Amino acid sequence: MNRLAWLLASAAALIAAPLAAQTIAITGGKLVIGDGSAPIEGGTVLIRGDRVVAAGANIAIPADARRIDASGKWVTPGVFAGFSRVGLVEVGAVTQTNDMNASGSPFSAALDVQYAINPFASAVAVNRAAGVTRAVVSPSTANSIFGGYGAIVDLGEDDNPITRARAFQFVELGETGQSRAGGSRSASHIHFRALLEEARTYARNPAVFDSDLLKASDAKALLPVINGGTKLLVHVESANDILKVLDLRKDFPALKIVLVGANEGWRVANHIAAAGVPVLASALSDLPYGFEDLAATQSNIGRMKDAGVKVAIGMINDRDAHQLRYSVQYAGNLVALNQVPRATGLSWDEAFAAISSGPAEIMDMGGQLGSLKAGRQADVVIWTGDPLELSTQVESVIIDGVDQSLSNRQMRLRDRYRDPAPGALPNAYDH
Amino acid sequence: MKFRGLLALAAGGTLLAGCAATASDTNSASTAAPAKSNAANGPAFPSTYAAYPSMPTAVTGVTIYDGEGGRIDNGTVLMVNGKISSVGGPDTVIPSGATIIDGAGKYVTPGIIDVHSHLGDYPTPSVAAHSDGNEATSPVTPEVWAEHSVWPHDPGFSRALANGGITALQILPGSANLFGGRSVTLKNVPARTVQAMKFPGAPYGMKMACGENPKRVYGGRNRMPSTRMGNLALNRQTWIDAQEYRSKRNDAKPPKRDLGKETLVGVLDGDILVHNHCYRADELAQIIDMSKEFGYKVTAFHHAVESYKIADILAKEGICSAVWADWWGFKMEAYDAIPENAALLQQAGACVIIHSDDENQIQRLNQEAAKALADGRAMGIEISDAEAIRWITLNPAKAMGIDTMTGSLKPGKMGDMVLWNGNPLSVYARPEKVWIDGALLFDSNDAKRRPVSDFELGQPGEGDVK
Repeated sequence: MNRLAWLLASAAALIAAPLAAQTIAITGGKLVIGDGSAPIEGGTVLIRGDRVVAAGANIAIPADARRIDASGKWVTPGVFAGFSRVGLVEVGAVTQTNDMNASGSPFSAALDVQYAINPFASAVAVNRAAGVTRAVVSPSTANSIFGGYGAIVDLGEDDNPITRARAFQFVELGETGQSRAGGSRSASHIHFRALLEEARTYARNPAVFDSDLLKASDAKALLPVINGGTKLLVHVESANDILKVLDLRKDFPALKIVLVGANEGWRVANHIAAAGVPVLASALSDLPYGFEDLAATQSNIGRMKDAGVKVAIGMINDRDAHQLRYSVQYAGNLVALNQVPRATGLSWDEAFAAISSGPAEIMDMGGQLGSLKAGRQADVVIWTGDPLELSTQVESVIIDGVDQSLSNRQMRLRDRYRDPAPGALPNAYDH
Repeated sequence: MKFRGLLALAAGGTLLAGCAATASDTNSASTAAPAKSNAANGPAFPSTYAAYPSMPTAVTGVTIYDGEGGRIDNGTVLMVNGKISSVGGPDTVIPSGATIIDGAGKYVTPGIIDVHSHLGDYPTPSVAAHSDGNEATSPVTPEVWAEHSVWPHDPGFSRALANGGITALQILPGSANLFGGRSVTLKNVPARTVQAMKFPGAPYGMKMACGENPKRVYGGRNRMPSTRMGNLALNRQTWIDAQEYRSKRNDAKPPKRDLGKETLVGVLDGDILVHNHCYRADELAQIIDMSKEFGYKVTAFHHAVESYKIADILAKEGICSAVWADWWGFKMEAYDAIPENAALLQQAGACVIIHSDDENQIQRLNQEAAKALADGRAMGIEISDAEAIRWITLNPAKAMGIDTMTGSLKPGKMGDMVLWNGNPLSVYARPEKVWIDGALLFDSNDAKRRPVSDFELGQPGEGDVK
């Protein structure tokens, strides 16, 4: 092979490497499957290509597997941020880099975050380095109660972040919805019902559709919500608003509702459980931020779980574009609650599930994501210790079976200023 | 959880995030009477706080972080008459009749102190009627006092006590203005009046802000400042005017009382401590030079997300940095924040404080310190656990000028102390008991020993564990 051909072949091999069906065995670590089961000492995760082949004790390791020794470490599925805005924002207050909502757009439900999510955003790299591998990404709202389509993403360093586009529609029906609809919950609920009725009108004869309320694009976007083909993530906090949302299914029985926030969910947990509606909840909200949050408590998630509600942790309006890495700290805090008299937390196993398989299952993707059970996408993190503990660091991250870089701007700045005084040349030459 | 502050900021609003200045290590004289500059008729709005009744109390067999970087295993802490009486090993003498608490497997720290809070002046519920932190009608408002905005019934005080072990905190005006006004330092005790919360003998602070917030708020109204150079020009002119006022105060015919200038002169006299919200390293350096031009001292830079870039300068100047563990990216001047900021400052010998500026994170400053510690260790910076506790106890006490009274577990200091049910640097630990001046004001084992604010009485969730 001449030199040029060799170079080309090498380059091709490099490019193809992540796509080849590489087999990886991560052995010897404390293995967390992520489905709420107890950790397994000295477990093995076997990955082939982009999938988990097997995980547990006594897994046979093929001879050709690349072995990663995780002895003394913890091995878990990647953290799945149950509600976020990652990739939609570079700098929050710099409007040109903030794509969470579109206050100047005539569209609402048709807006689609898949076009706005930037896999190269700093926050993707920062949170990947902290062990976050998947996220629910939701738009926020501006001129309507509807925010548009959200997506499920991975935080890999490749150029395609979208795991599932149009995974859900987002709507505000609490205090924010009241404001968006014109200043009353009577308005937000009639708004909701009227828009869905308009969408049905559109469906009957798109060619002649003409509505004062709704553009055809938005009507089209709401149709799969009405028939249950697309989930509806509803942000509400108060007990009463939650009950009113559960009632929507009397008029629209096929709605597949997921409650988001639900700070007072514990007060009506039996109703939520009976309705079979899952919840992506804030973990540590415990103040009356508004009158919709009067009964907020950190015990909310634990109490809802005990009542039979399917619940996982989300970052609802809580540094949701930049700090998905708080998920582990929040889960750890819920474990801590079990040692507080009269508080209700989660067991460690439940808490980790609330940031891994829990969000995946709530988004109906538990068969593909969120745990290390056979067949799931191979999102694996190796930690120096208990992943919920504050002193623990991430050692390595694998997404879709591919080793990920942990480098990011923050690390580069850290290293440049390890010794801040300039040396023979200014700091700018240190790179 | 909601992040009201940043939302308000992004909306062009008023509030926002932080700035505070810290006191240098040398700036510890704190027992001075509040601001002589208002002393014409005796101190205004004096503290009426009095310690609540206490029992002689000993915690035994406990791990002690003393707040000064010391650690004692299997230790004993004794409080008598509301004061720390002795701190030592198992042989510590306990007077008969003292309440003895078995601290085996548990930890004690000094009461946690937050140098940067808006509890009371941006209370929950965060309705417009409660928005009392920024007098955003002029960029120069040294005449306003945060204590005149503080609502004692903010439910956030009780959360900070029960979940965060907060025993003292500084309430600052917001950062819309270059000169935001006076701060007030509080004991975290429920009270009917803010006077009954005021920390006796604490000096006043003055809030200043540099960078994006003032220029955004006023530039947006087409008035000065609309630029960073406008910020500095208005700052300097204000100091020049204050110097003139100061030079005339002993004249035969002194100038008419000027509330704002009384505060500014208090700074120039060294009686009022400057807490300066400032993010970027280059701006911190500008503020330092301005302070030298006018002969005052910046006690602490608050937020200071880029302090790590000039850690050597801050160490030399003796200025504290009050920082978050890991906030970043919410605005342009927070873009270069890194989680190793605190550890890099510590490594350079600069004063580090972990602050909250947030009604949520004030409930877990111990966890924020633990994260900052862990990120430092991950890059090879050796810092002891006990030293990290100093970041949320003695160092903020110094910056608030109350370190001779509280902030560490030393005999004679106030009995401000937290008993944790585990290592406070672990995510799994929570306060079990909190004492202020020796009085037990929170006990996780006693539903009655938990404050419920007037606002929450009779509401859903009243008295819940929260």
